[in-house]
Amino acid sequence: MTQHIALTDQTADGMKKPDAAVVRDALGVGVAVGLSGFAFGVTSAGSGLGLLQTCTLSLLVFTGASQFALVGALAAGGNPFTAAAGAFFLGVRNAFYGLRLSQLLALPRAVRPLAAQWVIDETTAVTLAQPTRRAARIGFTVTGLSLYALWNLTTLLGALGAEAIGDTRAWGLDAAGPAVFLALLAPMLKTATERAVAGLAVLLGLGLLPVLPAGVPVLVAALAAPLALVAESRRGGRADGDAPDGPPGPDGRRAPKDMGGTSGAEEGR
Amino acid sequence: MNIWIAIIGTAVGCYAVKLAGLLVPAHAVERPYVRRLAALLPVALLAALTAQQTFADGHALMLDARAAGLGAAAVALLLRAPFLLVVAAAVVVTAGLRAIGG
Repeated sequence: MTQHIALTDQTADGMKKPDAAVVRDALGVGVAVGLSGFAFGVTSAGSGLGLLQTCTLSLLVFTGASQFALVGALAAGGNPFTAAAGAFFLGVRNAFYGLRLSQLLALPRAVRPLAAQWVIDETTAVTLAQPTRRAARIGFTVTGLSLYALWNLTTLLGALGAEAIGDTRAWGLDAAGPAVFLALLAPMLKTATERAVAGLAVLLGLGLLPVLPAGVPVLVAALAAPLALVAESRRGGRADGDAPDGPPGPDGRRAPKDMGGTSGAEEGR
Repeated sequence: MNIWIAIIGTAVGCYAVKLAGLLVPAHAVERPYVRRLAALLPVALLAALTAQQTFADGHALMLDARAAGLGAAAVALLLRAPFLLVVAAAVVVTAGLRAIGG
């Protein structure tokens, strides 16, 4: 951690970071979050999806929140289109991560379709925390590779384990899904606007549950986001400044999941 | 079959937005309003999902051991526990309560 003397070509204030340190940070995130694929495997199997379906989700979707949302909606009896819509909207944030990453990583066009599958919360957090392009590329690749490999392996183990366990509810495993969501959500609740959006979404999501078809209340709850933005601009509190490059949380190490905040900056009021 | 439709739809959609982010020129979408909306959408969705999966039983609302599990997860988050520990806290407390009370 502490390198007071830069012997080789390193500049004094750590503009360059040793490759080993980047790899260590990346593996820390990749392993910790990769292991939680187990929770997904168990949850998915407990929701009634088969082994092949569960593993296909981790292999092809590979963005945790969307996967949990999809199996939750299907378990609640939602139709496949509303279930997929909810999962898709949760995945939209990855497009904004991609915008940042493509500038940082400067990937050749041919590589982008491959790299795209790894554009998620954790790889973005680690990559944005790196000081140089070389470090960013190493961080992205190591986080992506370790997380993808482990997430899929633990998904398989979790799904197999759930079949062996039998009643996943008796083991409290139906609480894993909401706990994952809460852990993703918590670091995003930085300003009054975000808390208002969360509060309104909870009210809409629960209030409409008895009257709308399964899966639909969550989509309606998503309207809390544009509503809050309208209310915000009405009040005149502009958020243009919005720190164009506020990285989503500098410490890739902690806050293992979603750094969410493309809105990194607070509009201080 | 329905489940496969949902899986393939989600996979295609999620991959498409990931790839779009890498391919689209940044200035095309980097407007403040769009960025804010993209940051707030997951907040709304995750909050609604957390609440539903904790309190919903089909179309009815109910308070059961899951709520205590989520409370434990919240405490773990406040204590800055690592991700896996947060999830484990929710699972253990929920299972424990069910073992005691059924």
